[in-house]
Amino acid sequence: MLILTCPCCGVTGEETEFHQGGEAHLKRFGPGSTDDDFHTYMFAKENPKGAHFERWRHNNGCGKWFIMARDTVTLEVYGSYPAQTHEPPQHIRDAITAKRPGWRWRDFA
Amino acid sequence: MSNAVTALNGANYQGLATIADQGLTGMITLRGDLASAGIKAAVKSATGLDVPAQRQALMGQGTAALWMSPDELLLLCPYAEVAERLAGIEAALKGQHFLAVNVSDARTFLRIFGSGAREVLAKVCPVDLSPEGFTPGMFRRTRMAQVPAAFWLDEAGTFHLICFRSVADYAFELLKVSAQPGGEVGLYA
Amino acid sequence: MSTRLAKGGRLLDKGRALHFTFNGKRFKGHAGDTLASALLANDQMLVGRSFKYHRPRGIVASGAEEPNALVHLGEGARMEPNQRVTTTELFDGLSCTSQNHWPSLDYDIGAINTHLARFLPAGFYYKMFIHPRPFWKHVYEPFIRQSAGLGKATNPGDPDRYEHFYFFCDVAVIGGGVAGLQSALAAAEAGAKVLVMEQTAHWGGRAPVDGGEIDGQSAEDWITATIAKLRDMPNVTLRLRCMGAGVYDHGYLLGYERVNDHAPGTDAPRHRLWRIRAGQIITATGAIERPLSFAGNDIPGVMLASAIRDYAVNYGVSIGDRTVVVTNNDDAYRTAITLKKLGLEIPAILDARQSGGGALAVEARSLGIRIENGKGIAKVKGGKRVTGVAICAQAGEGAVLEEIKCDAVAMSGGWSPVVHLWSHCGGKLLWDSAQAHFRPDPANPPRGAKGEAFVVPAGSANGYLDLAGTLADADSAGKTAAKAMGHDPKSTKAPSASATDEAALEAVWLMPQGANIKLRMKSWLDYQNDVKVSDVQLAAREGYESVEHAKRYTTLGMATDQGKLSNINGLAILSDALGQPIPQTGTTTFRPPYTPISLSAIAGAARGPVFQPIRKTPIHGWHEANNAHFEPVGQWRRPYCFPKGEETHRDAVNREINQTRQRLGMLDASTLGKIIVKGPDAGKFLDMLYTNVMSNLKPGKCRYGLMCNENGFLMDDGVVARIDEDTFLCHTTTGGADSIHGHMEDWLQCEWWDWKVYTANVTEQYAQIAVVGPKARETLAKLTTDDLSNEALPFMGWADLTLSGMPVRAYRISFSGELSYELAVPASLGRALWDALLEAGAEHGVTPYGTEGLHVMRAEKGFIMIGDETDGTVIPQDLGMSWAISKKKDDYLGKRAQEREHMADPNRWKLVGLETLDGSVLPDGAYATAPGHNANGQRMTQGRVTSTYYSPTLGRGIAMGLVHNGPDRMGDVLDFPKVDGGIIKAKIVDPVFFDKDGEKQNV
Repeated sequence: MLILTCPCCGVTGEETEFHQGGEAHLKRFGPGSTDDDFHTYMFAKENPKGAHFERWRHNNGCGKWFIMARDTVTLEVYGSYPAQTHEPPQHIRDAITAKRPGWRWRDFA
Repeated sequence: MSNAVTALNGANYQGLATIADQGLTGMITLRGDLASAGIKAAVKSATGLDVPAQRQALMGQGTAALWMSPDELLLLCPYAEVAERLAGIEAALKGQHFLAVNVSDARTFLRIFGSGAREVLAKVCPVDLSPEGFTPGMFRRTRMAQVPAAFWLDEAGTFHLICFRSVADYAFELLKVSAQPGGEVGLYA
Repeated sequence: MSTRLAKGGRLLDKGRALHFTFNGKRFKGHAGDTLASALLANDQMLVGRSFKYHRPRGIVASGAEEPNALVHLGEGARMEPNQRVTTTELFDGLSCTSQNHWPSLDYDIGAINTHLARFLPAGFYYKMFIHPRPFWKHVYEPFIRQSAGLGKATNPGDPDRYEHFYFFCDVAVIGGGVAGLQSALAAAEAGAKVLVMEQTAHWGGRAPVDGGEIDGQSAEDWITATIAKLRDMPNVTLRLRCMGAGVYDHGYLLGYERVNDHAPGTDAPRHRLWRIRAGQIITATGAIERPLSFAGNDIPGVMLASAIRDYAVNYGVSIGDRTVVVTNNDDAYRTAITLKKLGLEIPAILDARQSGGGALAVEARSLGIRIENGKGIAKVKGGKRVTGVAICAQAGEGAVLEEIKCDAVAMSGGWSPVVHLWSHCGGKLLWDSAQAHFRPDPANPPRGAKGEAFVVPAGSANGYLDLAGTLADADSAGKTAAKAMGHDPKSTKAPSASATDEAALEAVWLMPQGANIKLRMKSWLDYQNDVKVSDVQLAAREGYESVEHAKRYTTLGMATDQGKLSNINGLAILSDALGQPIPQTGTTTFRPPYTPISLSAIAGAARGPVFQPIRKTPIHGWHEANNAHFEPVGQWRRPYCFPKGEETHRDAVNREINQTRQRLGMLDASTLGKIIVKGPDAGKFLDMLYTNVMSNLKPGKCRYGLMCNENGFLMDDGVVARIDEDTFLCHTTTGGADSIHGHMEDWLQCEWWDWKVYTANVTEQYAQIAVVGPKARETLAKLTTDDLSNEALPFMGWADLTLSGMPVRAYRISFSGELSYELAVPASLGRALWDALLEAGAEHGVTPYGTEGLHVMRAEKGFIMIGDETDGTVIPQDLGMSWAISKKKDDYLGKRAQEREHMADPNRWKLVGLETLDGSVLPDGAYATAPGHNANGQRMTQGRVTSTYYSPTLGRGIAMGLVHNGPDRMGDVLDFPKVDGGIIKAKIVDPVFFDKDGEKQNV
């Protein structure tokens, strides 16, 4: 069972306080978008062996959504940050690079 | 409003700790920019207290200001005075983007005190309740067995706990089981 | 004979006698005994029958690794199977019975299997029971079921209580032997918060039995002093009878505390499950002695050498008068020396090593013990008890050199570190060929949330089998762990210990090394599962080369002991058969828990009234007092109906509906979700959430809306009320209150975080009561002076009222088609308002109705219900609700998805009403058949029933359903096959069955 740190309230708590909400940094495609773009947005999700970006909600806590960068192999947590951003902050990227040099995740590296 | 009753209607249990219904209490959810002067004035007018820091509980005379999230506070005051205090908040925040709403009836509010209080909670909440881990003035929203709950500790060693009203019976029974004599862990008492 | 010695027994309080029974026989033991030591003291060596061949089996070990001695412990509701006698503390009045035999332990019919063993090799069941197929169900399965399983389960509820406890520390030490204590001391002295748990009732582990000096004191005195020191430290928590059960991700550790197993009848919980988060975990879990594989090594009286020593020193019990020791290492000499000094006979030590032992061998010889180097056991003589051994050369094939009479055999095949807890969360192992065991690989530890190593092995669990090495390693482990937690360990020295000059172990996997098949078929590897050397060799021959496959094929290492004694020996045999080195074979996966823990401990307090939360409305008490028949709606319990007297549920529902439609009904609608949405962008936000437009709703008005998910499917519905320019109140379904609030926050926080909107879930702030029926207005009028006219408070409007002095917000909305007011009142006043309304409505025969009445009335009106008409694949357009979808809006959640080709497909099934030709009620979920069959030979379908009820208003069955081209086929008759083979014919009709123009609600 993981331990997560909520960047919004600062609590470090066990997984049962949180709820996982799928892949982070999705770009929404609404009316007017192509079928391909919409399909990719809705259904084509990353499933990496290594660093991954996930949405989590502190549902038994402050109720805020945040993003966590986590390693799907080692379960190492590279860090968490508030959801109000379109890309991972530099210190998170650096933390991943330190463990997984040359990593790529969608458009991020 | 003499007909108003809490879900537990004054229930009380004495075991390793005393679990007691706190009774009707005024509660106001206040959302807004917690760093703003307006919120500061609103909290002062409603509770006489400052804006609490992250995960802090500030306690006053019959009032409290509790940090719920980066943009939400829960303010406590006497049950009968909510309308008046809400009016004060509305006045202080006029023209600003905020939300203030009476939630006095939405919750069950319990006190847990006595030598076993820390252990009673540590049996149902995944939180470090050791004396060094949880100190007066801390406010913690978490999971209590299968329901969300929040609690804080005052200087006299009493825990104050809130959870939703609909699970009042569950919460009370759960804490009763937890406080059953014979279940002393022997760590914090 | 095993018996109690006149002297000795360091753990016993001989002044306190305890009485207990085994298979009904009364025995006496002492305080401090385990059930095992007490049974042995009473010469009860035979304690069970083996699983497959029903061979007589005795106690082999003295601790958690015991494979044989499992009993039914306790009686009635407290009876528990598979309890290890070696880890059961004796208490007065204990009663237990043996398992796996019929009719009795001494005369067991199943023992016939042992004579058939030749025909029951590994994989027998797989091979035998494949053909003919029908035999499986009718012959084989019943037979196997009767003979399968270890022990019997109980039926009555568990009368004891259990609990969890959450605990946080820097360093958790698993194991309270000298390694655990020294590592705890080192970590605690560095300032770390330390928890030490020991699975037995005593600190110190094996050291007091094995002897040696620590810092010039006896091991026992050092342990006493160290415990005293640790007790005095405020940052140390010591727990006995608490087993480290499992190590999990990110430093999660389960501790299984058996609080009062040793003292039943107190008011303490029986077990407490410690849910620990530790920064660092030290596994000071010791080592387990391995058996040797020789013919007859399962005959009662053949035991681990260390166990025989334990029973003698700790409990003053001798296993036999004449004990033959057989070994491949020096440690077993300690047993010989101990027994000899107690005045017992050691006819011989058979040391499989050609070159024999070291200093301990010299000491043994000086005590006059005969030592035979290079020798082993060809065969143990005896049936239910050892009577002698046949000696052979270890290098040979088992030719008997000599027979020695004895009544006990002490065997030692070397020691294996307990690496289970190190391995649970991914710690890797190294093969140590010198000591012939796996030990933790320091380069590959389990890693935590920050990528840090979080488990540190210590002492013999780390492969240090001598006292000095153990203490030095433990000291270093404690300091390493403390340092990892940011503490600064002092540069103190580890305690010094006397060293013994020991000769090297020689790996012996089979005795004698060339044993013939007859001997190998009697050489047991796994006592609990009756796996022999020959079985593992057969598995290898048949192609089960992976150790995991061989385990499952042979059952080696399965069941309650998970191969604590057998694994290493088994995989050595497998490696030999495959002609590969042991590390290449590897081990099976170590999974938690270390030994079985009770299911009740896992459940903890979650039973009876706190099994799960039951949500109750403020009016729940009235419902209970008035004979409500409840149904679960999520975690809520809502009244389904309120039967009176002899009424059936259906009678009650019909009465409630008739009374409501004709006069006056009342519904507790408190469970409906209520979410406040406020801010300058609130209207814009709701326009994105709902398929229709909400931003142009006028304050004081209500509007029904649909919510879809981003994939286009209908997820919730409800009435939105505009409170003021900035503020809306959104009603959701009962099940949607939390999820829709979460959905709103998700979009606000993660997509439109610059929009100025705040939400608050006020579902529980209000009790909500629907007052429904033609008499609704006059009833309310009795409680208020406020204007209730249709002009002042029209349909789809709301107003704040004072009813009986209570502040009420009244919404004129209707889910029944009747004149209806939904009254929201602060929850604390919910019951008071309910009572006031009952009193006011009495003259009209006011009738509270339940969820079934609600459902029937909405179906009569053709209103959809989320979860009935929708199932996650239905879009509003399927339900004929295009009127609720804005064509003007550029965007709303689900709009893009609904533009996909298959969403606009005219062949989608659409909502219609269904009227049975004979007036009966269609079965729920029934399908309408179409001509032809599909590729699987199933009937083609053209529609299905989504809601179906008996309508008391219309006096017939009514239903709603989704039908292919349904709205264009009014009047068509469909066939709905029933489960019993019959067919119900139903006509496609308009889904609004009653009051099509809505005249009743709009008065």
